Amino acid sequence: MTSSTVRANEALGEPIAAPVAARRSGGLWRDTLRNILRQRNAVVGLILLGFLFLTAIFADVIAPFPPDQVLIGVEQGVKKSSPPCIHLLGCPAEQPQHIFGTDSNVRDEFSRVVYGSRVSLFVGFATVGVAILIGTLIGLVAGYVGGWTDNVLMRLMDILLVFPALLLAIAIVTALGASLINAQLAIAIVAIPIYARVMRASVLSVRESDYLTASRALGESSVGLLFRRILPNATTPLIVAGTLGIAGAVLDVAALSFLGLGAQPPLAEWGSMIALESGRLFTAPHLIFFPGIALVLTVFGFNLLGDGIRDALDPRLNR
Amino acid sequence: MATYILRRILLTIPVLFGILLLVFFLSRVLPGSQCYALLGEHATQAQCAAFDHAQGLDRPIPVQFADYLGKVATGDLGTSIRTSTPVTTLLIQRLPMTIELAFYALFFATIGGVILGIISAYRRNSAVDVVTVAGANIGVSIPIFVLGLLLAYVFAVMLKGTPFALPPSGRLTPGVDIVPLAVRWGLTDLQGPPRAFLDFISNIYTLNALLSAQWAIFADAFRHMILPAIVLGTIPLAIITRITRSSLLDVLGLDYIRTAHAKGLTDRNVVRKHGLPNAILPVVTIIGLQLGSLLGGAVLTETIFNLAGVGRAVSEGIAARDYSVVQGFVLVIAIGYLLLNLIVDISYAFLDPRVRLT
Repeated sequence: MTSSTVRANEALGEPIAAPVAARRSGGLWRDTLRNILRQRNAVVGLILLGFLFLTAIFADVIAPFPPDQVLIGVEQGVKKSSPPCIHLLGCPAEQPQHIFGTDSNVRDEFSRVVYGSRVSLFVGFATVGVAILIGTLIGLVAGYVGGWTDNVLMRLMDILLVFPALLLAIAIVTALGASLINAQLAIAIVAIPIYARVMRASVLSVRESDYLTASRALGESSVGLLFRRILPNATTPLIVAGTLGIAGAVLDVAALSFLGLGAQPPLAEWGSMIALESGRLFTAPHLIFFPGIALVLTVFGFNLLGDGIRDALDPRLNR
Repeated sequence: MATYILRRILLTIPVLFGILLLVFFLSRVLPGSQCYALLGEHATQAQCAAFDHAQGLDRPIPVQFADYLGKVATGDLGTSIRTSTPVTTLLIQRLPMTIELAFYALFFATIGGVILGIISAYRRNSAVDVVTVAGANIGVSIPIFVLGLLLAYVFAVMLKGTPFALPPSGRLTPGVDIVPLAVRWGLTDLQGPPRAFLDFISNIYTLNALLSAQWAIFADAFRHMILPAIVLGTIPLAIITRITRSSLLDVLGLDYIRTAHAKGLTDRNVVRKHGLPNAILPVVTIIGLQLGSLLGGAVLTETIFNLAGVGRAVSEGIAARDYSVVQGFVLVIAIGYLLLNLIVDISYAFLDPRVRLT
C-alpha cells in the first residue's frame, strides 16, 4: 500500500513527502525558534530585551551607586540635578563623573535607570503572569462548559472591556489604595479579558475535534482533557498575546506610577522618576530623557518580539 | 436594519448595568474609606458608624445599589470632597475641553494614519514604507507622558524664538480672553437648557472663536491644541496606519484588482475606486476603538499640558484623594465610550450590508 503510493508519487513527478519532511524538521520547538529568528522584528526585539535582561541581572555590577543613595557628603563637588558629565567627553576632571547626571535628590541618575530595569521587568512579567493565569482559566471553563456559564463569564469580560483600560485601572487603584502591587493588580484585572478570549477561541476551535473524542473514549478525565489536550493548542496565541501584553503592562504601570498611583518614592521606577522630575523639565530635561528612553526601548523590545513571534507562527506568511 | 439597530441597543443594556455595578462596587470596596477620607485618619469607630448611618452606608448592599442607580439616573454623581461641588457640575465644566482635545487628536490620527497607510501599502517595501512601518512600531511604544514632556521641551525650549515654537501649557496665551457666546451674542437673558448648551459650546474654545468669527483667538487656541493633540494622537495614528496598510494590502492582492488593472485603469484609480472602499471597513472599526485609549490618554495629556479638562480633573482628584470625582468621571466616560461604540457599530451596518444580516 505504502510502496504503491510512493511509486504513484514518483510517477507523477512529485517529491516523496515523508522522508524529505523528516530531514528538514528539527522538532516543533526548534522549527519555531528558527522561524522566529528569521523575522527581523523578532531579532531586534530579542537583542533589545537581552540587553535589558543583562542590565537587570548585573545591575549591582553596572551601577556605580545604590539606586537610592543620596550623594551629598559621599562625593566631593556633587550638585543636584546636574547634567550628564563624562570625563572622556571633555567634562572637567574636578567635577564628579555621572554619565546620566544627578537627579533633584542628588542621586546618580544612571544607577537609578539601571535598577529601574529590574522593576519594569518584574512588573511586566508578574502582571501578565497573573492576567494569563486567571484569563486562561476563565477562557477554558467558558469554552469547555459552554452554555449558560459561557454566557455569564464572557458578558463579565465584555463589561471589563468596555472601560478604557487606563481609566478602569485608575478606578481600581483608587479603591484599593496607591501602591505598585495594587497598580499591577489593576492592570492585570484589566488585561484578563484578552487572555480569556484568546483561550476560549482556541477551546472552541478544537472542542468538537476527533482527537478529543478519541481521548475521551480512552477514558481521559475532564481535567486531563482541559490541561493535557486543549491547553497546549492555545500556547501559541497566548505567547503572542502575552509578549505584546507585557509591553502594554509596562506602559500602563509606568503611567499609573506617573500619576502617583503606582511605585512610590524612593523606589527607582522609570514612571515615578519621570513624575518626580516633570516639574523641572525646562531646567533638567535629562532627568526625563533617560528614564523615558529606557521605557521606550523596553516597550519597543516586547512589541517587536511579540509581532515577530506572531509573524513567525502565521502559516500564511511562511511561504 | 431597524431590527439590527434595536438588537444592538438591547445588547448594550446588560453591559451598562454591569458598568454601574462595577463602579458602585469599586466605590464601596474599602469599608469606612469614605468616612476616613472625610473625617480624617483619626476618626473613631463610633464616629464612623454614625457617619455610615447618616450616609446610608449601613443599609443592605442591594438597597444601596438601588439608591445609587436612582441617583445616577437623575444625574447625581456625588460631591467632590475637596471643593464641595457636585461631580456633575464639574463634569459639565470640564468636558468641553476634553471633547476638543479628543477631536483634534482623533482628526490628526485618522487623516495622518489613513494617508500614511495608503502610501505605505501603495509603495510596498519602498523606503517610505519601511520608515512608516518602523515609525508605527515606535509610535505604539512611546508612553504618552514621555512623548508629551519631550515635545514640550523641543517646541517650547529648543525652538523658542523660531516660528515653530508652540506653547507647552494652557489653552490660551495669558492675557487673551475669550467671551462666552451668550455674552457675545447678547443672549444673557437666556435660561435653562439652551443657555447650558450655549455655555457648553462656548467652552470649546476653537469652536467658540469660529462661531463668533474671532480669528486671532481661534489661531491662539488652535496653537495651544497642536502639541496635546499630536501627543494624544500618536498611538492611534500608529495603529490606524498599520491597520490601513495591512487592510489595503489584503485587498490589493485580490483577483478583481488585477482585473481592474487589466481593464487599463491607472494605479491611482485602482486604489481609489476599487481598493479603498473595500479596505476602509476595518479602519472604521479601529478608529472607534481608539476613543477608549484617547480618553485614558487624556488623563496624562491634560496633566502634562495643564489643560483643565476631565482628564486633569481625574489626576487632580487622585492627588487630593478626592476619589468620588475620579469614580464619577470613570463612570461617565465608560458610559460615553459604550454609547460611542454603539454608534460605531450602527455606522458599520450602514457601510457594510453584510453586517445587517447576521
